[in-house]
Amino acid sequence: MKPVTIGVLSYQGTVIEHIKALSQLEGVTPMEVKTLPALQEVDGLILPGGESTTIAKLLNIFGLMEPLRQRILDGMPVWGTCAGEILLAGEILGEQPHLGVMDFAVRRNAYGRQIDSFTQYAPIQGISETPVELVFIRAPWIESVGEKAQVICRVNGHAVAARQDNMLATSFHPEFTRDLTVHRWFARQVEQHKYQ
Amino acid sequence: MDLQRFERNKQLAQSLKGGVIMDVTNPEQAKIAEAAGAVAVMALERVPSDIRKQGGVARMSDPKMIKGIQEAVSIPVMAKARIGHIAEAQILEALGIDYIDESEVLTPADDAYHLNKFDFKVPFVCGARNIGEALRRIGEGASMIRTKGEAGTGNVVEAVRHMRTVMADIRRLQNMPAEELMTFAKDNGAPYDLVVEVAKTGKLPVVNFAAGGIATPADAALMMQLGSEGIFVGSGIFKSSNPEKMARAIVKATAYYNDPDVLAEVSEGLGEAMRGIELSEIAPEDRMAQRGW
Repeated sequence: MKPVTIGVLSYQGTVIEHIKALSQLEGVTPMEVKTLPALQEVDGLILPGGESTTIAKLLNIFGLMEPLRQRILDGMPVWGTCAGEILLAGEILGEQPHLGVMDFAVRRNAYGRQIDSFTQYAPIQGISETPVELVFIRAPWIESVGEKAQVICRVNGHAVAARQDNMLATSFHPEFTRDLTVHRWFARQVEQHKYQ
Repeated sequence: MDLQRFERNKQLAQSLKGGVIMDVTNPEQAKIAEAAGAVAVMALERVPSDIRKQGGVARMSDPKMIKGIQEAVSIPVMAKARIGHIAEAQILEALGIDYIDESEVLTPADDAYHLNKFDFKVPFVCGARNIGEALRRIGEGASMIRTKGEAGTGNVVEAVRHMRTVMADIRRLQNMPAEELMTFAKDNGAPYDLVVEVAKTGKLPVVNFAAGGIATPADAALMMQLGSEGIFVGSGIFKSSNPEKMARAIVKATAYYNDPDVLAEVSEGLGEAMRGIELSEIAPEDRMAQRGW
């Protein structure tokens, strides 16, 4: 793979887990992002798991929400896991959207409280035909999806991952597993975008 | 708690990393905490500084009050059970609490044994002053650790001592030849397999937050720089003169703990922090950090 720099928005959450996964991929330089210069430097960005209200709050306070939205609209590959999916959603049931760039509605804590967190195996269309380990921690699901986004994974009848142009959203946390399939797929998207 | 659930419970703590968990005593405070950017709230009837002042036996909070807080916010809700109080922990689990703090801030129910946290599905956080205590709690099934510090004092010195002690022990273990690990386990009262794991990985097997005496954004940043992975603030927010502003400032300082310019900016004009207590003013038997075995 040709060299790419992939950022992880690093206010809070599963930052180090994503960085560790990325650092195992050849050609990928992982980078923590919480300033504007860092945001401008990366070729792609992961929005980690965590608390979406906290991360959104900090994006607004430190003036990164608009520049980030602009970079995404300009085509930078972006992948949101769990809280990151909520940040990307065009609609959040009962709340105002944050980045609002993806054409789906998301339900926060859809599965209930921590006692209802679980692990499942399922294929992800276009990313992995063989089932991959999916970890759901107080996870959201995709309640309904518009025309522009495409559901690429379902678990127990609920949509839990979607793609749209340069954007990927997953309700689950591949960064909690040893399986690098989704990270590798995302890195390739970043490479293609950078060297197209 | 089977091993898979233990993993998921550890992972919830991992998602809270870099965040601030705030003590709240009613739904209004919980909403203020959430709006300020807290990653979770700790529901309790009295903040530690009031427990210290008022004395008496401190117990688990009224389930009605906990439910009110669960309904008020969408972030995870934690609550405290007394050390060793099996029934209080069962009640909190029945309420669907997201994390139980088996806490020395409450009056211990058992003076010899902690809970076997593997008996529960819900995750536990426990306090620790050193690596032996941290690994004993993890051995019992805790999926998150915090320093004990000295709660309700607004004095960060004990939290600093506990964090430095744990980090120093970890560094020592990393450099220790394998034949010395068993004696280390014996001397520190720590499960041997966990000692071996720490020696190999150079970190605790679960997330480690700071708690007990954190009263300002600078205190939070200090604890993060010492290796803490997140912050619990008890009395420090709602005992300050401007809780909303203090809460926001501590959240920002925790996220930007290594950026002095941001720290200077957020520390400005916060009003009065909680009134602190010098540790020498507290008799040894009144120190909450001594509770736990």
